[in-house]
Amino acid sequence: MEVARARRARTEPFSTRPGIAERLGLPYMDAPLALSAAVLVAFSVFTLGQATVHDVPGNPDYYVDRQAIYGLLGIVGMLALTRIDYSRFRELRVGIYTFLCVSISLVFVFGFAARGSRRSFELPFFSFQPSELGKLLLVLALAGFVIDGARRGSARQRTVRYLCLGLAPAALVFLQPDLGTSLVFAAVTLAVMYVGGVPWTHFAVIGAALVALITIVLVVAPAVGTPLLKGYQEQRLTSFLHPSEDASDAGYQQHQGQVAIGSGQVTGRGDNATQTRLDFVPERHTDFIFAVIGERYGFIGAAFVLSLYALLLWRALRIVTLSKNSYGTLVAGGIAGMLLFQVFVNVGMNLGIMPITGIPLPLMSYGGSSVLATFLAVGVLQSIHMQARLGQRSRFAW
Amino acid sequence: MYRDVDDRPRMGKRLSLRLAIFIGVTVVLFAVLFLRLWYLQVPSGAKYLTEAQNNRTREFRVTAPRGKILDRSGKVLVENRTSLALQVNPAKLPEAPVERRAELTHLGALTHMSLRRVRRTMHEQLILAAGAPVTLRHDVPRDLVFYLQENQDRFPGVAVEPVFVRRYPDGTLAAHVVGTVGEVSERELKEPRYRRLQPGDEVGKGGVEYTYDRYLRGTPGTTRIQVNALGEPTPGGQLLSQPPVPGDMLKLSIDSGVQVAGEQALAERGLPGAFVTMNVNNGQILGLGSFPTYDPAEFTKPLTQGQVDQLYHNPADPLDNRATQGLYPTGSTFKVITAMAALNSGVSTPSTTIDDTGSIKIGDETFQNAGGAAFGPVDLVNALRVSSDVYFYKLGLAMWNTGALQHWAHMLGIGRPTGIDLPEQTDGLLPSKQRRDRLYRREETERPWSAGDNIQLATGQGDLQTNPLQMAIAYATVANGGTVVTPHVGMEVDDSAGRVLKEIAPPPRRHVHVDPTYRAVILEGLHDAAQTAGGTSDGVFGSFPVPVAGKTGTAQRPPNPDQSWYVVLAPYPNPRIVTAVTIEQGGFGADSAAPAALKILEAYFNKRASGSSGVNGGSPG
Repeated sequence: MEVARARRARTEPFSTRPGIAERLGLPYMDAPLALSAAVLVAFSVFTLGQATVHDVPGNPDYYVDRQAIYGLLGIVGMLALTRIDYSRFRELRVGIYTFLCVSISLVFVFGFAARGSRRSFELPFFSFQPSELGKLLLVLALAGFVIDGARRGSARQRTVRYLCLGLAPAALVFLQPDLGTSLVFAAVTLAVMYVGGVPWTHFAVIGAALVALITIVLVVAPAVGTPLLKGYQEQRLTSFLHPSEDASDAGYQQHQGQVAIGSGQVTGRGDNATQTRLDFVPERHTDFIFAVIGERYGFIGAAFVLSLYALLLWRALRIVTLSKNSYGTLVAGGIAGMLLFQVFVNVGMNLGIMPITGIPLPLMSYGGSSVLATFLAVGVLQSIHMQARLGQRSRFAW
Repeated sequence: MYRDVDDRPRMGKRLSLRLAIFIGVTVVLFAVLFLRLWYLQVPSGAKYLTEAQNNRTREFRVTAPRGKILDRSGKVLVENRTSLALQVNPAKLPEAPVERRAELTHLGALTHMSLRRVRRTMHEQLILAAGAPVTLRHDVPRDLVFYLQENQDRFPGVAVEPVFVRRYPDGTLAAHVVGTVGEVSERELKEPRYRRLQPGDEVGKGGVEYTYDRYLRGTPGTTRIQVNALGEPTPGGQLLSQPPVPGDMLKLSIDSGVQVAGEQALAERGLPGAFVTMNVNNGQILGLGSFPTYDPAEFTKPLTQGQVDQLYHNPADPLDNRATQGLYPTGSTFKVITAMAALNSGVSTPSTTIDDTGSIKIGDETFQNAGGAAFGPVDLVNALRVSSDVYFYKLGLAMWNTGALQHWAHMLGIGRPTGIDLPEQTDGLLPSKQRRDRLYRREETERPWSAGDNIQLATGQGDLQTNPLQMAIAYATVANGGTVVTPHVGMEVDDSAGRVLKEIAPPPRRHVHVDPTYRAVILEGLHDAAQTAGGTSDGVFGSFPVPVAGKTGTAQRPPNPDQSWYVVLAPYPNPRIVTAVTIEQGGFGADSAAPAALKILEAYFNKRASGSSGVNGGSPG
């Protein structure tokens, strides 16, 4: 209803009948946000097309075809979500949260095990990884809980409640085991809490607890003989601190990624990109795709991609400020936090300044669940933007 | 419709602050990423590019085949064949001791070796060349190669590689001249002559293989292959390869006919001995051999204990090159040198006649002719013909403390380096007053130099230690009029296509003045000794169609039986070649050494008669 009214109000001066663009709600979308997301996925398809020709024998376009389809599906999903009033998700928070937890739990029962870790369902056309969509679902649900519980209980009780709500699915994902995604869940939880106004003192306590936790997990537990992390996890987490030391495994991967990016120099090595072509860099179509870009297209290409992410983040943060209600602010803040965390951790890992955590690069890394979930998140941002536009046009713009 | 309960027109102040911080953090994080990206790609880019390029290539060494060794007419003495060698790379064996042991046991079973022997072989070779793959077995049979290829995953670190192995078409022929090859040792690697070699490379260990190693060795090639992260070659990834440069061919001055004749003559006698045949004018060695000999092919495979004992712990010492390393008195063959000394120092003239009464008494000692014969008055020619000891005793006595005999022997090359291009050589020993008196002063001998010592030396007995090569050089110097040639077996270095790269013609060591009349008299005496009635070796050479000039020698080596010597120049009166033969325990010179020398000359002149080989002009073919 609101949509219809807004369209009328907006389009009157120009035409009497709404066109295709009007029906899609394009005039109310944030164009730079949509464009940067679309260009990123297009660049991903382009890169995969050049870098993965020999990866699947007999099918040079395996990754390209699939990533292109995921991208298109994602854009459709984004456009669809744009037209839905995100505020409905606040009402549905309990259902969303339940679905989130159940879908992640079901992976343990029906899940498809890849490399010793159950993360996804095997569907007819692709394997669906609930935890990817779960990041967005957690933002939507948690923001709802925060708004809903804003006046209930003491500040301390609220903080504990939010933490529990956020860390429960994070713990489930951690047990899959999927350390990277569980870290994203934790980051999202903290981002929503931050925007939601949890006192600084509480963050200080959480920060101290985190430091203590890291110390226990990485230092104390192994020392007393009950390691909490699996060996490879610990190695990955700490190898970035001494990347060149161990040329055989975790540190090796990271160092090779660094070598790949460095060797791209300013203009890139194109098809001479031996580091990523000859398997020196692992997971080049997913976690280390930024290394592929760095090596093939050099500083020019990699800086272009980073700039697109900067643009994406700028628009997301701008939408945080534009939102017509607190729920939108919290959701946008959560999504912005999610994107920022993933981009920084993944690119940082490629550049050798962050640990290897298996976090995909949104929209660039190959993978249907991740691409779809990111586009849906952008769709939610667009929805917030659209509602804000419809609500009041007089707000300041950057 | 659903309405927001918390609709609010403006952001609160606190939220603004939080968002500002959020934005600030985002800006900082992106700045970090951009800076790091820039740092990796722009200032450090070149470094990482080099690392990436080294990453993808592996360099493999391709060994170069060693050059062939030919005789003077181009006949192959040493060449190469390819052999399949079973090699184990210790670095690539499984690390777990149990697995390692299992693999080596299995490998031993396949190659008919016990685990102990496999381990010992590896240990021994690793001492010689640490880091190089260990060759467990040469000439691996085909079926084993196929088995290993089919079960590659069960034998990590094991490879069958084609390697070049020396091949000797004529077996032991000229073994002491060509020498052997073997893996370069750790100690050798530190020497400048092996500067660019790596462990596992083959180098010459003896003979001309050692002397001319830098020509024969060749230059190993390299193949750079693009590999993936697992070190596996990638398709079409041969990046750059430098083919190996085969070693140059070495043409020896050895005449196979002469060489075969000499070795056969020694072998027929079956006693340790040696021979050398040399061009008197330029020092080219036509034949040089030592008996007993050895098969150089044995060194192309790991030696068995039996072979080690037979080669190294054998009293007959087959590895010893008696022609250049022998330390023998020479008997009467030395008389030519005594005659040169006496004539040049004025002790005697060509016409000096001495009455040979059969013995001479000096002090308490009596020196007799061999066999107690008395030849009456003899001049130099006749003294040489009948080998009158008394004649030369008297010359020796006359020079006993003048040093003239030592001077001339030294000038003619006795007891000093010859300069031959073989590593196996000894200087020998020329007894002299100075040396003996020095020993006496140090109380290392019971008496000082005496006339008796010089008398002994005058007839090639006593403490004298020399070898056939030094004697051949001394005779050649007299025969060619005073040029002390540098003996050499290497004649020419050719590239693998046969083009001459280097002629080997070392300059003479020195010149001595040889009066033509003295030369003529001495040669006449030697000719008479060989080919006139009453001459010491007339019985051997009398019927030989080519005029020669030769001298027998019978060296006393108590407690062993006498050692037989013969040195002959041919053709007389203008000799082109000299042949020196010695046979340990061979008795009188005419008994064994002279017949052996005859066989060599027959081979040489027969060849010449059939027109296939000359001496003066080098090889026509």
